[in-house]
Amino acid sequence: MLKTKKSESTKAKTPKTEPKKENAKQESKIKELQTTRERKTVIMQGNEAVAYGALDAGVNFFAGYPITPSTEVAEILAAELPKRGGVFVQMEDEIASICAITGASLAGAKSLTATSGPGFSLMQEGIGFAKITETPCVVVNVQRLGPSTGMPTSPAQGDIMQAKWGSHGDSPSIVLYPDSVKEAYELTIRAVNLSEKYRTCVILLMDEVIGHMRESVRLPDMANVRVINRIKPTVPPHWYKHYDENQKYLSPLASYGEGYRFHVTGLTHDAHGFPTNKSSEGGEMMDRLRKKISYNIRDLVQIESHQMDDAKIAIFTAGITARAAKAAIAMARYEGIKVGLLRPLTIWPFPDDAVRKMLRNVDTVIVPELNQGQLIHEIRRLTKDKSDGDVIAIQRVNGQLITPNDILRKIKEAC
Amino acid sequence: MMDKSYEIRLSGSGGQGLILAGIILARAAVIDKHKVTQTQSYGPESRGGYSRADVIISDREIYSPEATNFNCLLALTQEACDKYLFDLRETGILIIDTTYVKNLALAADNTYELPFTEIAMEKLGSPISTNVLSLAFLVKVTGIVSESALEISLRESVKPAFVDLNIKAMKLGFDLAKNYGK
Amino acid sequence: MANIPQKVVHQYLRHDKKFPHVWCAGCSNGIVLGAIIRALASMNLNRDDVVMVSGIGCSSRMPVYIDLNTLHTLHGRAIAFATGVKLHKPHMKVIVITGDGDCTAIGGNHLIHAARRNIDLTVILVNNNIYGMTGGQCSPTTPHDAIATTAPYGNIEPDFNICNLALGAGASFVARTTAFHVIEMQNYFQSAMEHPGFSLIEVVSACPVIFGRLNKKGGAPQMMKEFRDNSIPITAVEKLPPEKVVGKIQRGILRQEIRPEYCNAYAELSARVQEKEGK
Ligand SMILES: Cc1ncc(C[n+]2csc(CCOP(=O)(O)OP(=O)(O)O)c2C)c(N)n1
Ligand code: SF4
Ligand SMILES: [Mg+2]
Repeated sequence: MLKTKKSESTKAKTPKTEPKKENAKQESKIKELQTTRERKTVIMQGNEAVAYGALDAGVNFFAGYPITPSTEVAEILAAELPKRGGVFVQMEDEIASICAITGASLAGAKSLTATSGPGFSLMQEGIGFAKITETPCVVVNVQRLGPSTGMPTSPAQGDIMQAKWGSHGDSPSIVLYPDSVKEAYELTIRAVNLSEKYRTCVILLMDEVIGHMRESVRLPDMANVRVINRIKPTVPPHWYKHYDENQKYLSPLASYGEGYRFHVTGLTHDAHGFPTNKSSEGGEMMDRLRKKISYNIRDLVQIESHQMDDAKIAIFTAGITARAAKAAIAMARYEGIKVGLLRPLTIWPFPDDAVRKMLRNVDTVIVPELNQGQLIHEIRRLTKDKSDGDVIAIQRVNGQLITPNDILRKIKEAC
Repeated sequence: MMDKSYEIRLSGSGGQGLILAGIILARAAVIDKHKVTQTQSYGPESRGGYSRADVIISDREIYSPEATNFNCLLALTQEACDKYLFDLRETGILIIDTTYVKNLALAADNTYELPFTEIAMEKLGSPISTNVLSLAFLVKVTGIVSESALEISLRESVKPAFVDLNIKAMKLGFDLAKNYGK
Repeated sequence: MANIPQKVVHQYLRHDKKFPHVWCAGCSNGIVLGAIIRALASMNLNRDDVVMVSGIGCSSRMPVYIDLNTLHTLHGRAIAFATGVKLHKPHMKVIVITGDGDCTAIGGNHLIHAARRNIDLTVILVNNNIYGMTGGQCSPTTPHDAIATTAPYGNIEPDFNICNLALGAGASFVARTTAFHVIEMQNYFQSAMEHPGFSLIEVVSACPVIFGRLNKKGGAPQMMKEFRDNSIPITAVEKLPPEKVVGKIQRGILRQEIRPEYCNAYAELSARVQEKEGK
């Protein structure tokens, strides 16, 4: 879609250069490039990829509040959604935004919002509401550095634990984490799909650098984009249970206005959705929230394993830091060091089994992250067989990225 | 393999249009069918403050998108030049705007010095296309993307009302490079 | 078949699951619910197309009892959720039930912006001058000098005039009544639901068990009498000498005017953009 628009605008403006010889040559070269050029390869920003991923996944409702470094998502959707019959609304704050997308989703929309740290903090109560009421929606958090306003335009990976535990009351989360513009597109689609399938608020964590980075990407043809829609009830309204214990806890979801007249509450509720104080029903509800994630962990977990086959040293990291790791691995491998990378695309639920298995045969794990130690605790938890010194941290929180050289140095130290 | 990727940093201060220049260069690289990443770093204010755009062009997958060892550095201010010169590799190309860069203690072997801003004001009537002027110079000197690709990219990247001015700036940049040192 | 009770409320209540209700004896919340049901019934709306959204508080428990599409949300956020529902399904009637604390303290920002947008929501604000649900803390409408558990020596803050707030923010329908005036209340609810734009009805209500007890108001009947005796229609205000107006609850429709509604404006924008795109 984006592509067509762009190439049209190019066509419209035929170069008006003087008919000198050199220029004529250049003009024919331009023509040639325009015709042979790969139509789907474009230069795209990470936030742009999120916006177009959302549209391709069928998102038709966005409510948000501007905040660096996520604002481009809102700006693009403000331009695109009205064209497609969807809704874009700029709300009065991030609290209103998460509430509006949840309301819209209950009315049948596929909804998404995008924000950064301060807004993500404000949204936490609403995220919990979407989780307890099992309402599909997606929150994109393009992370910035530091608590409070921090450094709005600097990269950091400080919200990894907040994405898991940010909302009160102990509920499991689904959190995805891309490492490139292309993957930002793909994981946005996946986030929307998972939210529809698992009826929950799915979080897409982005690095500032990926949100603002431009890369050459080739978007797939729409025919190859897999879109999942929520299951609709097939029973008559008086049989409908809003939280039916269907297979693997993935139950059908009616929308307001379809004749089902169900009740939704953030209070602990029974299978019909009505509030309950019975400990048996409350316990069941909490169980259901947990099991729908833990019973389906295989479907949820995605992890990239890069040059791990013979690795004696493993690097474990996510997002932008994984790209520095890959560069470091290339340099180290050049010198004959056996090192590989494990990169979770789904960071929550944590890929326990996969990580445990893949780290069994390595001697050392290096965990670089742009925070003061979050992922490393998960790795320590899963590598009880290793001594403390064999799990090495690289942490940086000054707005600078961890560089390939930083990682290479640690790799060499570990040899 | 690492030398197969070409790292460029465009640096100066906010408002000089360096991020747009980075986008234009990156888009040109895509037109030439290379792989490319373009990142930026800038202060919170949109005028003044520091600003830089990194472009990495390669024919393989690009891992780290941040340029750390540049093949080419464009510095439009003294501050940017002082800050980033040390990360230019030995064989790297340095292009500076002598309108603002006055002291060059440690010049690289391949240094190109021109008062780009002054030239833009004189020949194009305003400093606003200094970014495109110096980018075109860089493209001609390094040959990292084709001139045609740069032109297509430029036409796609700037607002219609500014196309003519920028094409003029681009051509001037090419000419300056062609005649440099002559 | 003699004596089978068939009042209209029985057609609307979720009798099978949700009773007894949580409200105290003498609470005005039930009166408000009854008036809403009668207004809905007289409008003959298809209830599949009606959504009731509430925040958190005693009053906000209302949706669970009524057989509509119902959504009981977060403290203060009912209007924000309702905005999402309404924008996605603009043909639906969206009623918001909220309390004085819910709507003017924690949710005040959503109130003023929804009023400014003039989005077609019907906000029914049950003003009992107190935080009922949490046991009697001070709210933005607790009168100056009144007692609350968090103002044990008397409230030093001035109180909000909710209707003026809504008027100032641009609400296109604003009315005030009391829990005593049930017919008036029902009529206002109906007018508000028929009004194409943002509407707010403040229902001055009795919380006899907490506000009443803390402030020695007597029981529910005394508070109802006070609403009857201490309120005047706004139409009478101009005719009365000022001393007869001070301290009185002024009942009536304070504004009822048509101005562009937000969902319509969005639909128009969308149509305009699509036409331009040549779709
Ligand atoms: C974020 C948040 N803060 C505080 C509370 C606690 N709380 C629940 S109801 C309520 C006050 C309700 O007062 P009001 O809106 O006037 O409703 P009423 O109970 O009087 O009808 C408060 C403070 C909450 N549920 N959520
Ligand atoms: S506490 Fe007050 S408002 Fe709440 S139910 Fe009891 S009487 Fe009604
Ligand atoms: Mg109250």
